[in-house]
Amino acid sequence: MSAPALDIARRVLLEPGGVDDGALQRTLDRIMGRAVDRADLYFQTVRHESWSLEDGIVREGSHGIDQGVGARAIAGEKTGFAYSDEIVAPALERAAEAARAIARSGGEGRIQAWRSVPGHDLYLPEDPLASLPAADKVALLRRVDQAARSADPRVSQVFVSLAGVHEVILVVDTEGTLAADVRPLVRLNVTVIAEQGGRREQGSAGGGGRFGYGWFLEDDRAGGFAREAVRQALVNLEAGEAPAGTMDVVLGPGWPGVLLHEAVGHGLEGDFNRKGSSAFAGRLGERVASPLCTVVDDGTLEHRRGSLNVDDEGVPTSRTVLIENGVLKGYMQDRLNARLMGMAPTGNGRRESYAHLPMPRMTNTFMLPGAHDPQEIIASVQRGLYAVNFGGGQVDITSGKFVFSACEAYLIENGRVTRPVKGATLVGNGPDVLTRVTMVGNDLQLDTGIGTCGKEGQSVPVGVGQPTLKVEGLTVGGTAH
Amino acid sequence: MSRPAHLLTPASSAWPADVDPQRLHDLVAQVLERARAAGADAAEAGLTADSGLSVNVRLGEVDTLEYHRDKGLGVTLYFGRRKGSASTTDFSPRAIAETVAAAADIARYTSEDPCAGLPDAADLAREIPDLDLYHAWDLDADAAIALARECEAAALGFDARITNSEGATLDTHGGYRVYGNTHGFLAGYASSRHSLSCTVIGEEDGAMQRDYWYTVARHPEDLEPAEAVGRHAARRTVRRLGARSMTTGRMPVLFAPEVARGLVGHFLRAINGHALYRKASFLLDHLGRPVFPDWLDMDERPHLPRALGSAPFDNEGVATRSRHLVEGGVLKGYVLDSYSARRLGLHTTGNAGGTHNVFVGDSGLDFDGLLEKMGDGLLVTELMGQGVNPVTGDYSRGAAGFRIENGAIAGPVHEITIAGNLRDMYRGIVATGTDYDRRGNVITGSILVGEMTVAGR
Repeated sequence: MSAPALDIARRVLLEPGGVDDGALQRTLDRIMGRAVDRADLYFQTVRHESWSLEDGIVREGSHGIDQGVGARAIAGEKTGFAYSDEIVAPALERAAEAARAIARSGGEGRIQAWRSVPGHDLYLPEDPLASLPAADKVALLRRVDQAARSADPRVSQVFVSLAGVHEVILVVDTEGTLAADVRPLVRLNVTVIAEQGGRREQGSAGGGGRFGYGWFLEDDRAGGFAREAVRQALVNLEAGEAPAGTMDVVLGPGWPGVLLHEAVGHGLEGDFNRKGSSAFAGRLGERVASPLCTVVDDGTLEHRRGSLNVDDEGVPTSRTVLIENGVLKGYMQDRLNARLMGMAPTGNGRRESYAHLPMPRMTNTFMLPGAHDPQEIIASVQRGLYAVNFGGGQVDITSGKFVFSACEAYLIENGRVTRPVKGATLVGNGPDVLTRVTMVGNDLQLDTGIGTCGKEGQSVPVGVGQPTLKVEGLTVGGTAH
Repeated sequence: MSRPAHLLTPASSAWPADVDPQRLHDLVAQVLERARAAGADAAEAGLTADSGLSVNVRLGEVDTLEYHRDKGLGVTLYFGRRKGSASTTDFSPRAIAETVAAAADIARYTSEDPCAGLPDAADLAREIPDLDLYHAWDLDADAAIALARECEAAALGFDARITNSEGATLDTHGGYRVYGNTHGFLAGYASSRHSLSCTVIGEEDGAMQRDYWYTVARHPEDLEPAEAVGRHAARRTVRRLGARSMTTGRMPVLFAPEVARGLVGHFLRAINGHALYRKASFLLDHLGRPVFPDWLDMDERPHLPRALGSAPFDNEGVATRSRHLVEGGVLKGYVLDSYSARRLGLHTTGNAGGTHNVFVGDSGLDFDGLLEKMGDGLLVTELMGQGVNPVTGDYSRGAAGFRIENGAIAGPVHEITIAGNLRDMYRGIVATGTDYDRRGNVITGSILVGEMTVAGR
């Protein structure tokens, strides 16, 4: 990536405001004039658009530009931070001045010579907004609407949205890092409401990734999302009360991997473990899952929503083994927490924007496949729940308690999937839930590119995935008791 | 277009030192002029400029010190009944020209929508009351750090079982907002928001729990003392130690004020015009019908001085007004902006952007009185996850709180869910408390729901 991405980033981010290498050098020098250990500057420009359709008409479209630079100074465990939405030398100096206020005066830190970081080549440095003429974007929305409406006469409402982001970043620090990335990201979502006998239910589907809008047109993917949303709404029209209490749960492949994101992912982020606030703190090398479970975080998958060529601190992303055959192997790290814990950064330093501080975040988090046929797994359950689609989840990393909410689920009775039940929240305990995984399917899938993770008020795109899993003794929050 | 007919600014209000209201008003006026020049039949523009300071102190040391300065401008152009929108954080003339052009370009591709357009001129605010929403806090970084330190120290010293901390955070922000449209409306006002929060971790028998507390206000003098915030956070953490699951069953559930607010939030979203015209609400066609028990009232009070949800006009310049949302349990009004109102054949209620200070009336009992009334059941102090279906009202969320036996707290619980249907839960409210939590846009005491399914072991 480096050469073209760096050229593009300099042209888009630095040249319009006349910021040259000398200005970058002077700004970092100014910060290091205090007792500062390291400092970085993060330049970012984001162009984004969205289009939405309802009642068969393209009702809204919007376009936005957000750009700026964040200056960070780190002294020991202290971080000073300021930012500006103007990328010109005087604004850089003001941000530097504010950020360095974290440290005492009288330092004389040195700046290493910059070396450009060779990042990955996981996606093209393209502008998705320009990947399709506006008229074709509108036509795509209409086609999805038609596909949903023609799928079943019970469909009464269809909402379709299409969004694209073109992000260019450049990061430079006092330890010699000079890195850039051009990150395309697109997303299509369709939600339908189906009506039958006075009852209304919704279904939702979508996908996306780091490429242009053309991906939605290949193999009629967009139409597939429409039909999937309709299918879910129709299933929910037939759904009865969900059971309440503790039972065996079979989770479908793909997006139900949100289980891993909540149950173990957040708890293995470096900041929580450095601070000792995670239920997993100090447990490296211990058994935290059944030997069937190997969980990784991998930011190097081509075109995936959670992937990055370099993270927001200029570290190339990697594949980090979190749990191997049930044993806790590693944490996800940014530079600050890696240094304070005496570990290596793993390429998980991410931030929502130049106006936010980076912290350890997940990329694409998933479990590797096992040996069982998914049908075998279902057949092994006497009475339980088969949950195949989820809304979202949440975790308290300190107590380890997590939830995730099913929006498509079925009863399993005597080894067979019998009837659909309403959505219900599932609750478990992170450090304990994977020890109860007793079967792992051979059908690993990643999600379709829909995940957004929130942490301390910052949102970043992520991916999840897993094979079919059987978990014994999860609490299911239905109403049928 | 011509210059705006009237420029509205509250007479006595102050604004942040780094803001020049006249310049921001002029900028919005220029954007509207450019929109007209681009051929738009109508246009509207909104602008915000905000700055502040945020410090986090952890285990007595500064963790982060952040200086914030944000601005943004959004514009919507109407060509007949087609519209296009664009936004920018760059206020340079070139960026503004590009933003207006981008909105105009998008409007070439959107569809004719008979309900699209500005609100009716008659509905726009004619005067801008001074709601006392801006109070600067003359606090430098050192003073902010000292306050956060005092707060966290009070939490850490509260009990020997408090073993760790996520720190105390002090946040102070002030900003200015302007809205204008081609009906000639152009108005702005300043507001501030200051908060102090603290999160600490306790440990007992090898298991950790955390909880937090915060105070937030427009005026720094309305904040709780730093030490009280810290002690309250610690008290909340300590009382959770030793939490377990509980037996599955049906029982009354008392929502503490900090989570009762969310229960009211689901109602406000269900009566929002956009959910209604999309038929994506479990309260379709409920206007004039009972939703709550016959003693319950709910009001919207947008003009309360210093209140966190107060606003002189909504996000499209429409005057905000006090009104009843629920009277004697009956739904009296929807939450509408001008678009959703047109879709429903109704009139805007001044709620573009949401509601402003919704008050839930109490049934006369304080918190202890509510526990006594409940007898045996579950007190919920924390909810997790998004398990609320807005179309059907089906509700299933992760919860933590306390088992209640004979009207008294019997022990902490977690790893449980509570479930029901919001329509039944609202009708089944038994009592609402006088223990009002004023830290948000919904102001309510605890809410006691007669029966829900609690799932645990």
